[in-house]
Amino acid sequence: MTDTHTTTGRVTPLLQVRGITKFYGARLGCRDVGFDLYPGEVMGIVGESGSGKSTLLGCLAGQLAPDAGEVLFDTRTEGPRDTLTMSEPERRMLGRTDWAFVHQSARDGLRMGVSAGGNVGERLMAVGARHYGGIRAQAVDWLGRVEIPEDRVDDRPTAFSGGMQQRLQIARNLVTGPRLVFMDEPTGGLDVSVQARLLDLLRGLVREMGLSAIIVTHDLAVVRLLADRLMVMKDGHVVETGLTDQVLDDPQHGYTQLLVSSVLQV
Amino acid sequence: MTTHPFIELQGVCKSFTLHNQGGAVIPVMAGANLCVSAGECVGLVGESGAGKSTLMRMIYGNYLAASGRIRVGEVDVARAAPREILALRRHTLGYVSQFLRVVPRVSTLDVVAEPLLAVGTDLPAARARAEELLERLNIPRRLWTLSPTTFSGGEQQRVNIARGFAHAYPALLLDEPTASLDAANRETVLHLIEEAKAHGAAIVGIFHDATARDRVCDRRVDVSAFTPEAA
Repeated sequence: MTDTHTTTGRVTPLLQVRGITKFYGARLGCRDVGFDLYPGEVMGIVGESGSGKSTLLGCLAGQLAPDAGEVLFDTRTEGPRDTLTMSEPERRMLGRTDWAFVHQSARDGLRMGVSAGGNVGERLMAVGARHYGGIRAQAVDWLGRVEIPEDRVDDRPTAFSGGMQQRLQIARNLVTGPRLVFMDEPTGGLDVSVQARLLDLLRGLVREMGLSAIIVTHDLAVVRLLADRLMVMKDGHVVETGLTDQVLDDPQHGYTQLLVSSVLQV
Repeated sequence: MTTHPFIELQGVCKSFTLHNQGGAVIPVMAGANLCVSAGECVGLVGESGAGKSTLMRMIYGNYLAASGRIRVGEVDVARAAPREILALRRHTLGYVSQFLRVVPRVSTLDVVAEPLLAVGTDLPAARARAEELLERLNIPRRLWTLSPTTFSGGEQQRVNIARGFAHAYPALLLDEPTASLDAANRETVLHLIEEAKAHGAAIVGIFHDATARDRVCDRRVDVSAFTPEAA
């Protein structure tokens, strides 16, 4: 099919994942996972505990070393490069600039002994920002965008509620303008009203910044609202992929049908 | 304007396989054909359960067709990759379902303006169009800054319609757009459909209200003809 303009032009995928396999000793983490993620796309990965979704995310984000596979990221200067064979300093640089990782527990993504403003400013300094006034102004701007009042900028995250800590973690991650965000259960452990607020925030940021994101969650309501595409995992394998609403409304695999039919209706 | 139909279905089949209920296979549609030209509105008819909504959901890519071809513009929805369908939905193919599904906390005005922002319309123009539609559909101005999740069923339906008509999609799917509306609002919705047709939109609609259907539909297609032989 030919298409001459914008809608489906030949765009390089931001991330090309091929054959990712990870074992923990003899036990399978995930096997032969592959997909393409395009700029601006949000992909959800769902499955129950132990399905391999967090292992996969760890492998993609460079936190775990897979036993086989490639993770090609479209770098700004050199085009697609396999992040698994990059040198450690190169990968760390990527982690500070184009990539961001939002942890389920804000404590894993924040420095709890540093002020809210410091948490955001630290990421900026890591990419070379040196002007104190500029850093503080940007920190305050970002805290505002995640709805943390300016008078809390000097407070430590320990003094924040769970929802506020999570919003601070998002500000810290997005301040450097990353192109790809990994999220591990970003709304897990929060009250539903706080979840809704966070989802609204994430959706707005994804649209405004043109971010691509990979979201691991067990919450189907979260992926319905946030993800364009869905990948369903079971026992380390991908059992189904497709458009989010299609997978949820017309699931093809028995396991997905079970997942969807097990959700309590409200 | 193109001379060939803008929406074209050929030999579309659909069945549901219930893996957790003994692998039962339920065939629901076989050999469905449909052509809709630009500026034309085709009404799907057939008794409840005949597959009108199923056919519509397949055109939108919400249900997966088992076989056949579903061409909308230049895209074969039955075979397209998810991102092609997403692009099609963003620019070309609108869908007014019977239920409003939105992110909690987002204001009614933003819910309606969102499809325009998604195609790159600037914020003031998108808001202006959203206000115009909400006004026409008699959603009180004091509700515009609130999330529609707490609105009455009728209000939610009108917000859904406003959202569906915000962007001038070249193709539109309308599932019961006039159901349970009062006379004035029903009239507004019929006007919106007529305007979309005048702009050249190819429209597929389901209308239980025969008067409304007769007014806006150029043709009817009885989906009972696509019901598979009982197994």
